[in-house]
Amino acid sequence: MSTGVDGGTAATGTPRAAAVTKLDRVVIRFAGDSGDGMQLTGDRFTSEAAAFGNDLSTMPNFPAEIRAPQGTIPGVSSFQVHFADYDILTPGDRPDVLVAMNPAALKANIADLPAGGTLIVNTDEFVKRNLTKVGYAVNPLEDDSLAAYQVHQVAMATITQGALADTGLGKKDAERCKNMFALGLLSWMYHRPTEGTERFLREKFAKKPDIAEANVLAFRAGFYYGETTEAFAVTYEVAPAKLAPGTYRQITGNTALAYGIVAAAQQSKLPVLLGTYPITPASDILHELSKYKQFGITTFQAEDEIAGICAALGASYGGALGVTSTSGPGVALKSETIGLGVMTELPLLVIDVQRGGPSTGLPTKTEQADLLQAMYGRNGESPVPIIAPQSPADCFAAALEATHIALTYRTPVLLLSDGAVANGSEPWLIPDAADLPDLTVQFATEPNSPDGSAFWPYLRDPETLARAWAVPGTPGLQHRIGGLEKADGTGNISYEPDNHDRMVRLRQAKIDNIPVPDLLVDDPSGKARVLVLGWGSSYGPIGAACRRVRKLGHSVAQAHLRNLNPFPANLGDVLRSYDKVVVPEMNLGQLALLLRGKYLVDVVSYTKVAGLPFKAEELQNVLTDIVKGVDAG
Amino acid sequence: MTTIDLGLPGLAGVPTTDEPQKAKDYKSDQEVRWCPGCGDYVVLNAVQSFLPSLGLRRENIVFISGIGCSSRFPYYMNTYGMHSIHGRAPAIATGLATARPDLSVWVVTGDGDALSIGGNHLIHTLRRNVNLKILLFNNRIYGLTKGQYSPTSEPGKVTKSTPMGSLDYPFNPVSLALGAEATFVGRALDSDRAGLTEVLRQAAEHRGSALVEIYQNCPIFNDGAFDILKEAGEAERRLIPLEHGKPIRFGAEGEYGVIRSGFGSLAVAKVSEVGEDALVVHDSHTEDPSYAFALSRLSTQDLSHTVTGVFRSVTRPTYDDQARAQVDDAKATRPADLDALLHGKDTWTVIA
Repeated sequence: MSTGVDGGTAATGTPRAAAVTKLDRVVIRFAGDSGDGMQLTGDRFTSEAAAFGNDLSTMPNFPAEIRAPQGTIPGVSSFQVHFADYDILTPGDRPDVLVAMNPAALKANIADLPAGGTLIVNTDEFVKRNLTKVGYAVNPLEDDSLAAYQVHQVAMATITQGALADTGLGKKDAERCKNMFALGLLSWMYHRPTEGTERFLREKFAKKPDIAEANVLAFRAGFYYGETTEAFAVTYEVAPAKLAPGTYRQITGNTALAYGIVAAAQQSKLPVLLGTYPITPASDILHELSKYKQFGITTFQAEDEIAGICAALGASYGGALGVTSTSGPGVALKSETIGLGVMTELPLLVIDVQRGGPSTGLPTKTEQADLLQAMYGRNGESPVPIIAPQSPADCFAAALEATHIALTYRTPVLLLSDGAVANGSEPWLIPDAADLPDLTVQFATEPNSPDGSAFWPYLRDPETLARAWAVPGTPGLQHRIGGLEKADGTGNISYEPDNHDRMVRLRQAKIDNIPVPDLLVDDPSGKARVLVLGWGSSYGPIGAACRRVRKLGHSVAQAHLRNLNPFPANLGDVLRSYDKVVVPEMNLGQLALLLRGKYLVDVVSYTKVAGLPFKAEELQNVLTDIVKGVDAG
Repeated sequence: MTTIDLGLPGLAGVPTTDEPQKAKDYKSDQEVRWCPGCGDYVVLNAVQSFLPSLGLRRENIVFISGIGCSSRFPYYMNTYGMHSIHGRAPAIATGLATARPDLSVWVVTGDGDALSIGGNHLIHTLRRNVNLKILLFNNRIYGLTKGQYSPTSEPGKVTKSTPMGSLDYPFNPVSLALGAEATFVGRALDSDRAGLTEVLRQAAEHRGSALVEIYQNCPIFNDGAFDILKEAGEAERRLIPLEHGKPIRFGAEGEYGVIRSGFGSLAVAKVSEVGEDALVVHDSHTEDPSYAFALSRLSTQDLSHTVTGVFRSVTRPTYDDQARAQVDDAKATRPADLDALLHGKDTWTVIA
């Protein structure tokens, strides 16, 4: 079932009849129809695991359609949660347990369940009509096609309806509670604390107490079903993880990013204006920030992507922190305004939660194929700093770092999140607000021209090359900025050839010289000849793969880029100190192209663009082959 | 800094000054580079002459423009300003006006910038009623790109891009603005300094989005487009000036007037035929936009009639005031406790 089974330890002190097996980690996937509430179910199970103190990592997977035709494969929604008694890096390659609420969910997910895995099926949906809909000629529960798995057939809808018979709830409403039955059953199997879920249900349905009670009853029914029937001989325990001391919470990437912006507002003492347009998978940042007006945050849902970023830039011009959030198609629309931000040298935070492309692509799936768009997707020489968080919790710090760069260097900054980071979750060691960095800015208040008589908006700080920033309302410093080329210093319009050449180079140098932390290399053996270098959300699977490769007795070094522009100063040296550098990316080799171009190092590009994160096993195989080859050579 | 209440709601919150200002105080040190004879000069002078009367601190005035000849305007104003990108000035100004209640924010745009590439931002800004003053210079041609037809050009117009004549049906910008739920819409001619100044004054005083369409001559690519409205003998019988509270009457001898007609529309009639009592008394505060819309339809592309003045000026809460009120309300009622936010409801503690 998983790597750490320590034998079927029989339970002695437990009130439950079933034997208890201790596991070090488990991956559970809840799969059902879009309307079955699988995201909620998974999310609640995750909260239970978090409350219990496990390390965890999650991966929701849902269709772009809000309600795809019921019972069809395209309508399947799933949520995978990986929880463990040690620090884990990914949501898990394959589930140990698959909960399938209907035939479509079974068909869409069964290939991922390894032989011997546990399959829990809601038999009520396995009727001829539903089976035919997804192309099952024979009911898979009735032939031997599932013989490789430990199958538990449970009539979840029927039992739920029975449990709710006395509540007066209609049959249909009662049936809708079956996801809580499934959650209850799994909670029993894995010894999860249940108070949190009951409290959650009562709060969620506070305005409909009868629905709240029905859900609680269904949840308990599932729990008692496990306890009283003899169908489940064994329950499982996953002990709390030994994480670094401190207070933790579970957090998704989008929430962490939103909190990072709230913290940036506090630490910079600037009001924030988020100008944005709803787009999957970035909309949650807008939803989240719209709740925090007490922190001086204004959220503006604009008429389009362009207006969103323009309003943000307008606010920045007025001395606020302008932020815009979007996904790849939105970045394409915002390009011209990002260019205006580069030219006017105003701070602007541009969040791109990458999804599958090109065009509309795969709105709900992940990809990291906007790197070159972020880097070069504008007219002219238009450099912008790029930061990519490596995990959901890391989004918080990434937002603060991006804000620091934007404010210090007066520049748009691209923050490249992605669908996996945005919707995935993990425990987060909550920082103390008092320990967060100071982001306060100095606005210009006095004339600064060489003779002291005028304000020159394009006079630069010799160290940072940041221009003087005077906000409207500052007496005596009236000036005009815009998209036309500026004369160095005065900022007046200039078409002079040498001035343009100088300004292009100054803008580039300003970005190139932003200090970013050196790249850290993790090589426990100190003998690795192969380096694997990733960026963004692939940190988890790459790290997990490296652990596995090392466990097999090989040496491999791992490094992860968080700053994509500028690169860390030591990157070239790091690349050149290994016999081979492997760069796994969820694109067709965009970072590899940049590395080859800048450092003339022929990195090995390993790419996959499937809309899903890398699996640790897949990278393990790739890395093992390469390491073996190098070591043999 | 004095903040005298001038009783001008549109400028409430913008700091004023006791120091007397002159038009030249609003001239920047930049050389004006429009073509000789361009109507933009006249508008620039009118604005520079008019602004001192508001008594605002210059540093609290901002001009935002898009792209086009008219969009060079901010460079010539000794205020804060941004010459931005094509069509987007209303969106940039929306962010600025929302972030900064102490600024008087003006947008300068043209018929291409506002009605073509920036049409979306224009209509949404008007509907939100952001506290911005939008000066739309309409010369019915693309000047900066050297003479292609614009969304206000007459059908059949022969230009560089339409050698066999333009196929596009034009916008009536006033009708468009009213359809977009604008709370203030006015029109003036570049050559009519007094009329333009009066519309600008009312626009500045209006709290909310004010769209002012200014007929402006392009001497290079569309010269004389509005000459018929400036010709003695023609102007009087074509121009229909509006004055709030007065019967709508025009002509050299006041021989024409506007009467109600048909299904809520308006028509021009001879006063001698319909009688003075039949004339519509202009009420720019009429809530129902159908009235202002009917007025806007009296203006025709061929300029046989052109209505000028303030069509509509009604009160509606502005987007930016309400956005700030929500933030203020949240600040007053909810603690801004970052630690509490970061912790949320469910935490667990790992002990060393």
